[in-house]
Amino acid sequence: MSSERRYDEERLAELISMLPPAPDAWVRSAAELPAAKRAIDQIIALAGTDAEFRRALTDDLERAVRSAGFEPRPAVVHALRERLGTGGQEGDG
Amino acid sequence: MSPAAPGAVPEQGQATLGDAELVARCRAGSEAAWAELVQRFSAYVYGILVRGFRLSQHDAEDAFQEVFARTYEKLDELRDDRAIRPYIAQLARRIAIDRHRAAARVQPTAEAEEMLGADEEVFERLDEAMTVHEALAGLPDHCREVLLRFFARDESYRTIGEALELPAGTIASRISRCLAKLRTEFEEGNAAPDRLDKG
Repeated sequence: MSSERRYDEERLAELISMLPPAPDAWVRSAAELPAAKRAIDQIIALAGTDAEFRRALTDDLERAVRSAGFEPRPAVVHALRERLGTGGQEGDG
Repeated sequence: MSPAAPGAVPEQGQATLGDAELVARCRAGSEAAWAELVQRFSAYVYGILVRGFRLSQHDAEDAFQEVFARTYEKLDELRDDRAIRPYIAQLARRIAIDRHRAAARVQPTAEAEEMLGADEEVFERLDEAMTVHEALAGLPDHCREVLLRFFARDESYRTIGEALELPAGTIASRISRCLAKLRTEFEEGNAAPDRLDKG
């Protein structure tokens, strides 16, 4: 139907400029999703078998995550707070 | 894992994989493939959320993460791996609409109402833009990089020249040559121009 459309250099340039890159941090966070999910599952499993670790998570989540050998990435911390019901500390979510 | 450099001009290697193959690799557990998928569609999703629905940066960030989180969760349920692009676009639109609906419930505004019936033409143009970005993957690295830097990242000749270690005067001619090359790709059908007309 619209095969009359022309894609000259000017139009191509305009179309390229319509999609600026998303902020790096957003892309990085989304790209790390598989690793984050794996870490979350492992941390939750550990919390289920280790009462002291669970308490540590409640007291200082990021420190506990790091002490268990995981990187406290924002996606991990956010998801853990949701799963553990300790979401109050984040403020601006 | 070492994800594709976020926001960077993509490496040619994985960028040449077709969407269906990329999805299949993601489903098989390749984190590098997932990083490439995010990289490939990140600007498109960002465009839909910010340009199409005019979400604030804060809302757009949440929506952006939600789009990819849900995509990741639903990879096994995709009926056609080749349709990942319309799937992601549709998902981004649904999530953005939900955000506007939620905002309108809290504080109804004319803008929120307007965005619920967002202009279809904008999304068609974003889709065309995505096709052009896909076509860039078929260009040589030096072309892709200079075109993305200049048009998508809005970098100056000077910035590009410093980054690529080229005299600023060379940048303009390279941009011109690379745009011509991109146009040729379209005209020869290498960039699947038929997709452009299916809006």
